[in-house]
Amino acid sequence: MSWLLALPIILPFSTAVVAFFFKDGPRGRWWSVLGSLATLFAAMALMSRVLSDGVVAAQMGDWPAPFGITLVADYLSAVMVVITGITGLAVSVYALSDIDAEKERLGYHALFQVLIAGVMGAFLTGDLFNLYVWFEVMLISSFGLLVLGGSRAQIDGGIKYVTLNLVSTVLFLAGVGLLYGVTGTLNMADLAGAVAESDRQGLLTVIAVMFMIGFGVKAAVFPLFFWLPAAYHTPAFSVSAVFAGLLTKVGVYALIRMFTLVFDHDVGFTHTILLWVACFTMVVGVLGAAAQSDFRKILSFHIVSQIGYMVLGLALYTPLALVGAVFYLVHHIVVKANLFLVAGVAEKLTGSTELSKIGGLYKSAPLLAVLFLVPAFSLAGFPPLSGFWAKYLLVKASLDIGNYFVAAIALAVGLLTIFSMTKIWAEAFWKPHPDGIEPSLSRIDRRTLLPLILPIAGLATLTCIIGLFPEPFVQFAETGAAQLLSPDAYIEAVLGSGT
Amino acid sequence: MEVMLSILIGVLVAAAVYLMLARNVLRFLFGLILISNAANLAIFASGRVGDTPPLIPEGFDAPVAVAANALPQALVLTAIVIGFGLFAFALVLAFRAYDALGTLDSDDMRVAEPRENAK
Repeated sequence: MSWLLALPIILPFSTAVVAFFFKDGPRGRWWSVLGSLATLFAAMALMSRVLSDGVVAAQMGDWPAPFGITLVADYLSAVMVVITGITGLAVSVYALSDIDAEKERLGYHALFQVLIAGVMGAFLTGDLFNLYVWFEVMLISSFGLLVLGGSRAQIDGGIKYVTLNLVSTVLFLAGVGLLYGVTGTLNMADLAGAVAESDRQGLLTVIAVMFMIGFGVKAAVFPLFFWLPAAYHTPAFSVSAVFAGLLTKVGVYALIRMFTLVFDHDVGFTHTILLWVACFTMVVGVLGAAAQSDFRKILSFHIVSQIGYMVLGLALYTPLALVGAVFYLVHHIVVKANLFLVAGVAEKLTGSTELSKIGGLYKSAPLLAVLFLVPAFSLAGFPPLSGFWAKYLLVKASLDIGNYFVAAIALAVGLLTIFSMTKIWAEAFWKPHPDGIEPSLSRIDRRTLLPLILPIAGLATLTCIIGLFPEPFVQFAETGAAQLLSPDAYIEAVLGSGT
Repeated sequence: MEVMLSILIGVLVAAAVYLMLARNVLRFLFGLILISNAANLAIFASGRVGDTPPLIPEGFDAPVAVAANALPQALVLTAIVIGFGLFAFALVLAFRAYDALGTLDSDDMRVAEPRENAK
């Protein structure tokens, strides 16, 4: 049992070590693909166990909870682990052609695998201080990946990314210390009871807000998102894709976990803040995207806007809204990572990501155009793609509690998303290339092309599957949301198994 | 002792915020190391500060006198090590930034996000 929970963390770590030894030759990249594949299988095995047994928990080193470190997987954790595995595999295949020998020699594959291990650890841990440690594992490897290669733009973006993320880390750490001072425990399941019983509710709300700000920076919500559009368009496309897909979602996951399990003592206060934050995040993100004229910068601002939808699901705090938030998380990781991968191929074909300098992709590379349209329409919420169901659930949830204002904002932001997606479409795909180049896929030789197109096609297929057969996914999200709202099974799995 | 510690934490945070509001990245980083040490002290204080050793006499299963909790001290140790690593990275990055961009003023760092009408 404990192996099943630990493997999704151990496998990427071991792969990192092996890949580091082979960093001078071409074999390291194949080890990375192999390791990602093994990690995905481990994640699937964990998922099937969670589906059959409910919440799974294990105490590391056999120290009984709440004293030792607990790894725990409920529906939300399990699905995040699987989707991390899928993204990790897709990006490590893409990296076969995207990452040059110079970046490999600097240790790209090792850093990438450590990043995946950190993300997996953050999703699986049931201990607050351990969550801090996983955040740091993730941070330090993402710092390395971001500045790998060391171009001027990367260093510039890196400074902003590093400094603002370190500030959020300090807030998180101080929050952990104060929370331990008040409750005397760091085990999340144990905290749930300790916070509810504590007689210092006012102080706990202050601590909750500290966590909100700390995780808010990681999740890139308004007004704490400025580091994201400053940095995400600078590194290699593989790195952009995995950052865009996974890193901010870890922040959202931590918000959802803490504000359903632990800090549900003053929902009227904390979740009202979150509701305003969500609305501003959606609007500011999409307006920022509308003002940009670079493929990747537009996509970066859209991450911010979409984070707003997920926080909205948490803030409304009804069963249906949480179903929407969980569904949105899964859908968005797949779609966003894929859009960045498409941007990478577009750059290789046309020579730039600046929209005024590129064009002609629709005529010369129709396959890429179709593969762009699937995630782009899904992001904007066109039926029958996955984004439609995600938005539908959230809008329905806000209408159900009579919050028409929020529903209107969510719909309007969807409309503006289409606007900036059509901007990319018109500039990069429809208009002829300004230099008269014909950017057809045959410009890249077949052996390089296959690893680029395969992950994009795979993720696009996944988007279509979620969109065409949403029933099992929504049912899954319903069970997941029910576990979040009444965390008895979670608490029992963690604290009960030790005795 | 706790009062002294909280005053110290307050002073550290105030100095750190002052430094972090500066445009110079190096000043910002110095502020960062101060504030992260303030956070470490806060964790340290959360585990109680006392002068009795946390020893358990024979026949008991908990210390008889009120003693300091050892767990936050272990946490602080972890946090210090992690913070040290991150800070070392940030310093090297600042040095590289000065090398590559020729400035440490964050207002002038506009390579990744150039101004609209920049030449």
